[in-house]
Amino acid sequence: MSKKLLLEKAHVEGIRYYDVYRREGGYRSVEKALKTMGPEAIVEEVKKSGLRGRGGAGFPAGMKWSFIAKPEGVPRHLVCNADESEPGTFKDRYLMEFIPHLLIEGLIVSSFALGSNDTYIYIRGEYAWIVDILEQAIEEAKQNGFLGKNILGIGFDCNIHVQRGAGAYICGEETALIESLEGKRGNPRIKPPFPAVQGLWMRPTVVNNVETLAAVVPIINMGGEEYAKIGVGRSTGTKLISACGNINKPGVYEIDMTISVEEFIYSDEYCGGIPNGKKLKACIPGGSSVPILPANLLLKTAKGKTRYMNYESLSDGGFATGTMMGSGGFIVLDEDQCVVRHTLSLARFYRHESCGQCSPCREGTGWMEKILKNIEYGHGKLSDIDLLWDIQRKIEGNTICPLGDAAAWPVAAAIRHFRDEFEWHVLHPEEAQKRNYGLAHYADPIHVPVTA
Amino acid sequence: MSEQLFKVTIDNITIEVPPGTTILNAARKIGGDVAPPAMCYYSKLEGSGGKCRTCLVEVSKGSEKDPRPMPKLVASCRTTVMDGMEVKNITSERVVDARAGVVEFLLLNHPLDCPICDQAGECHLQDLSYEHGKEATRYEFQRRTFQKHDLGPYIQLHMTRCILCYRCVFTADQLTKKREHGVLDRGDHSEIATLIEKSLDNDFIGNIIDVCPVGALTDKTFRFKNRVWFLKPMDAHRDCPTCSGKVTLWNRGDEVYRVTARKDEWGEVEEWICNTCRFEKKKTSDWVIEGPRLINRHSVISQGHYAGSVGTVIPTETFKAVNDGRQPRLLMDIHDISEVNQTGTSLSAIERPAHSTDFNSKKA
Repeated sequence: MSKKLLLEKAHVEGIRYYDVYRREGGYRSVEKALKTMGPEAIVEEVKKSGLRGRGGAGFPAGMKWSFIAKPEGVPRHLVCNADESEPGTFKDRYLMEFIPHLLIEGLIVSSFALGSNDTYIYIRGEYAWIVDILEQAIEEAKQNGFLGKNILGIGFDCNIHVQRGAGAYICGEETALIESLEGKRGNPRIKPPFPAVQGLWMRPTVVNNVETLAAVVPIINMGGEEYAKIGVGRSTGTKLISACGNINKPGVYEIDMTISVEEFIYSDEYCGGIPNGKKLKACIPGGSSVPILPANLLLKTAKGKTRYMNYESLSDGGFATGTMMGSGGFIVLDEDQCVVRHTLSLARFYRHESCGQCSPCREGTGWMEKILKNIEYGHGKLSDIDLLWDIQRKIEGNTICPLGDAAAWPVAAAIRHFRDEFEWHVLHPEEAQKRNYGLAHYADPIHVPVTA
Repeated sequence: MSEQLFKVTIDNITIEVPPGTTILNAARKIGGDVAPPAMCYYSKLEGSGGKCRTCLVEVSKGSEKDPRPMPKLVASCRTTVMDGMEVKNITSERVVDARAGVVEFLLLNHPLDCPICDQAGECHLQDLSYEHGKEATRYEFQRRTFQKHDLGPYIQLHMTRCILCYRCVFTADQLTKKREHGVLDRGDHSEIATLIEKSLDNDFIGNIIDVCPVGALTDKTFRFKNRVWFLKPMDAHRDCPTCSGKVTLWNRGDEVYRVTARKDEWGEVEEWICNTCRFEKKKTSDWVIEGPRLINRHSVISQGHYAGSVGTVIPTETFKAVNDGRQPRLLMDIHDISEVNQTGTSLSAIERPAHSTDFNSKKA
């Protein structure tokens, strides 16, 4: 049973409301931080905790906070990125829906640390009902003196505003989010300048994921060093994983990053195995944009070591044989699933969500989708597979924002690991319409060369 | 006060520029092939650039203080130079490869209707494809089309040709008080349009025709009237109450076919002009003619210029400097063999059709 920090109280009756949340020990971190710690001490504590951004990139949060520029007389802002739109990721939704005060509490502490008097939650447009939940929580916090003017009598003012997006995936990219928040078209900005220098309304801004900000609460409560003891290596603390796909128990799980991928999929505590006695074929461990891995490489690294659910272990082997922790959207595919079709649906998603600002992503994503459609529906050519590889290579790294990379990686990884399935689709177009390629050799043990 | 200059090396050529200069502008100071192509960046428009990705370059050394190379290719139009920075443009295989990719992406849905396009001959996408593109596309699908959109009596919009550089949006934002058009929708179906059919009739809106790098926005009063390479560009001015009145007239004989702003060697407008000058004043008598416009010798527009009478600009040659002083390798040096077209003889200095005697060194 791994330690729970965020979702420990999530199932207490009425935890959504202030009274119960406060009774269960809520808002202790605000009292501790505002009354006994200064802003610098809080940033230092977060740095010590080793907390890494939970939105996908895994950038150390304390480091990000320390980058914020502090020019005289210019307000600073904290923006909470709740635009969770990655296919397969739904951890923030769970957190905000069930235990909204945890986020508000984290926001107050973080706002104090960063000196933000106006803090924004930019929430995904489709999460319409959660806006009401959050606004109610903010109102309750305000009535109890944790928000508004002169919080806890220390002269710190803070207001939290909830802003709904209009349903664009790209607005989860921090600069596109800022543009959208300013009321403009949600196009990513060209960096530099970075948001830490010129963000929202050209003021210094920090954008953090919901889970990152919520994790600030246990860090303050238990101290950064204690927090860093949970987990392993540079993967400290706990991580929310939203598991879905062909598993018995889909849902949001909090893990402390010490368990193996195999345990996560098969143990009854977590996903509970694959239904109907099917075998594992492939998995995307961190949300749709991270590379897909076949079963053999998922459970063991290329060197034959057990793969664990943490940042380092998942990315062991780079993109050649590894993947990424990403945002924790764990998608499991069993032996009946078709990787070509799966890649097509991801390519369609990225084509649809590309903002159209820079040319490689705007044109390349649509092209990849059309080629994948041909392969999937039996009109493909063998040269199409190489063409796909070349297109993704020319998109990756050449775009303004990471959406281009996110669109290229799934295609690249699918071709890298499942090339024979693509070839089978091309060579047996009629059969491919009736049945799937199946498990083939994707779960076979990998030969590990013996080194002296 | 002397300002500290930054030393930056682009393709083995070192130049000193003031801090805050972008890599692209530093490269433009050197000129020639070293300057990366730019389809969306426009030095006169604030906030432009970074979108088309044709100007990607490799930074092989970040600066004197931090010599690490940048991991990704960077958009040179939006990256400022650092002291001691080393940049690779045409000498980097990564850049050449990525740029060919970008050109392919830009042409993917472009209709390639150059034979009927008014922009042909002065189209930046045409130049870009010739210089950096591949001979054929690998795209086998239908190209995207859009619903026709009417922008009023002066400006013709061909959305299929658009490469979404956003220049016209910035122009309308920064030149006019009220922007009526913008980018609708997103991704590969995003388009330049007014929200509900509106005509663009601001005093300075005609400038969006000049900033458009392709034939997406063209002059309706010039539409299908003539080919730009049959026309003679002449610098002219008039006393205009709204703008500077400094324009280029495009003549054939005495007839003014169109009026545009004066464009510099990078195809950028020198001074914005108003709609009256552009669309209404189409008589030679409206203008005071200053003289022929200098045109780059590589441009097709210069083909109508007669030797000696109209000057052309000879583009900067950077080959020797880029390749450590090595001259181009020639299979056959035509100057040696035929003694014709010798480098010492400037064709444009000859006042009449060139003749073999012009090159006959023995005679001279």
